[in-house]
Amino acid sequence: MITIEPEKIHKALADLRSEGYDFLRSLTGMDWGEEGLGVVYHLGKTTTGENTVVKTATLNREHPELPSVCDLWKAAEFNEREVYDYFGIRFIGHPDMRRLYLREDWVGHPFRKDYDESLNPLRMTNEEPDDVTHHYEELPDGSVIKKREVIFDQDEYIINIGPQHPATHGVLRFRVSLEGEIIKKLDVHCGYIHRGIEKMCESLTYPQTLALTDRLDYLAAHHNRHALCMCIEKALGLEVSERVQYIRTIMDELQRIDSHLLFFSCLCMDLGALTAFFYGFRDREKILDIFEATTGGRLIQNYNTIGGVQADIAPDFVKKVKEFIAWLRPTLKEYHEVFTGNIIAHGRLDGVGVLSREDAISFGATGGTGRASGWACDVRKRHPYAMYSKVDFKEIIRTEGDCFARYMVRMDEIVESMNIIEQLIDNIPEGSFQEKTKAIIKLPEGSWYSAVEGSRGEFGVYLESRGDKYPYRLKFRSTGLPLVSIMDTVCRGAKIADLIAIGGTVDYVVPDIDR
Amino acid sequence: MEIKKPTIKGIPYEEWKNNDYLEDMVRQLNENGTNVVVGCLDDLINWGRSNSLWPLTFATSCCGIEFMAVGAARYDFARFGFEVTRASPRQADMIMVAGTITHKMAPVLKRLYDQMADPKYVVAVGGCAICGGPFKKSYHVLQGVDKILPVDVYIPGCPPRPEALLYGMMQLQRKVKLEKFFGGVNRKQDKE
Ligand code: SF4
Repeated sequence: MITIEPEKIHKALADLRSEGYDFLRSLTGMDWGEEGLGVVYHLGKTTTGENTVVKTATLNREHPELPSVCDLWKAAEFNEREVYDYFGIRFIGHPDMRRLYLREDWVGHPFRKDYDESLNPLRMTNEEPDDVTHHYEELPDGSVIKKREVIFDQDEYIINIGPQHPATHGVLRFRVSLEGEIIKKLDVHCGYIHRGIEKMCESLTYPQTLALTDRLDYLAAHHNRHALCMCIEKALGLEVSERVQYIRTIMDELQRIDSHLLFFSCLCMDLGALTAFFYGFRDREKILDIFEATTGGRLIQNYNTIGGVQADIAPDFVKKVKEFIAWLRPTLKEYHEVFTGNIIAHGRLDGVGVLSREDAISFGATGGTGRASGWACDVRKRHPYAMYSKVDFKEIIRTEGDCFARYMVRMDEIVESMNIIEQLIDNIPEGSFQEKTKAIIKLPEGSWYSAVEGSRGEFGVYLESRGDKYPYRLKFRSTGLPLVSIMDTVCRGAKIADLIAIGGTVDYVVPDIDR
Repeated sequence: MEIKKPTIKGIPYEEWKNNDYLEDMVRQLNENGTNVVVGCLDDLINWGRSNSLWPLTFATSCCGIEFMAVGAARYDFARFGFEVTRASPRQADMIMVAGTITHKMAPVLKRLYDQMADPKYVVAVGGCAICGGPFKKSYHVLQGVDKILPVDVYIPGCPPRPEALLYGMMQLQRKVKLEKFFGGVNRKQDKE
């Protein structure tokens, strides 16, 4: 990890950017106490897969200020707003320095170690819609001024969508400026399901923190927990048995199929194809049955543990999985007959909401969305973990970048997931399903990052420890935040009805965005 | 005219939990007495109402997915008259608070509830809606929806199984059956 002073950070990052670090994997705000407030940047090269970590800190706790890197990576836009919200660090040059999750009348910044909770009782007043924002600009003499910025003009026609809207897939809120039916601008409001999971983790022991990961993106419960377990195991230097690796990989892929089936159901329902919704849910139940027999849970499974898994696989697991795959292959054909070939589906999806490859990388929109735009961003291929280096599968990539491409990528990934499972299911080796760990797990001092391919993109965990049994800071690289940050770019110029199709195919899960 | 104990076809009365507070309500209603004509009309209306409760499509997080699963093929709450989920609170009879309610969401939820037409019911689904659940210690999570709304039925779980959701929804039906539609609504237990 390289440490750079705040004065030089922008220049240093710009140099890295021109060296080819075009993917801002994660941007983490930090409160190091005595050493100040700062940011950790995780950068990656999309060409070679190299990674680097840079950090910076400012000692000023009253008015902490850092230069914004929005001009280098668009992904920084939302992430820096998040850091401002959590730590109160102002980013000079960021075009829109509003809070991202909390209400504008929130007092203080909750992730600071000296935050006082009593200042923020429950407020039952309705929020004021904000049409103006502000940004900070540095003058040549070094002083910083606050400038007003207009989001929506007085005479613009604005429509509010959400937070209670069936097609936003949760409590997400958009404010959309329209001209006739055409979207001119879209402003995303997050935070309606901001549960403060990262902050809670700072006062939980490591095994306890695991429980909350399942609730982030509940359609990638296994992946999330896998990432955190991997990160802690990495820090402990713990090797898990081959059997565990097999089980984890199979479970991850089942979870991916589960998530993609739900994606199919919900997208079809949003576009008016209610029958398809029932098809998808019917088949999803079969996966849930398999999960339930082994893990005891349907949605929230709490299965991975540090050093293994909670319980051995059920006796009929192998048989059930095989039966399921044999059932799903022909059923997928039926899906395609029912929906994919449908002329209305094509009318709603073809050429709608195009995301270019450059934008996908710059925003860090990984997962099916990135791959539909031609970016080979699959963590399973880029940085193989568990069994992925030993199995043979295709990374589905399309180049159109439109809604239909995003839809097809996910449908084809179901087939690839089945292929992966088939390669593994017959050879699960014998062995223990849980390594012995100490009763109280303490990590050495240091910081670690590990990532898995979640259902909708790269899910990363950044962990910083000071040698305690609690993490000093635990940050989850949300898969959904980059996805929702592309909405403004993708939706501009589209029709208002397309917003539903775009939102459906981008496939975000809101609790994962808000965390 | 005597008001009968609330039953659901096909399920023996003794198998229900929490019968006592419903019986209390029955007793109170019987003590106050009911006119035969009005009472019969009440029965008819309640029969209709309890079998066509329209929920609001409202889900904030994980529990919402289970709520969707209950609506889908295998569990299918259409069998009990819940299938007409409404996207607008103005057309909904009940709100299933499925998922965590945060401080930012609380005023919105209250507003949704206020927009619903009377008589309206609230079901708290999952640990989060009941008391904050796993997020009890969070700085941004409401510690139970009953802090801001009157809750009729609680369905514990994280998330509750679909069977539990159905059970909870039927408990609500039983409660609806005990209402006097004419001459005042008796929804609350008297303070002892
Ligand atoms: S009770 Fe559990 S499953 Fe339900 S919303 Fe809360 S955390 Fe999610």
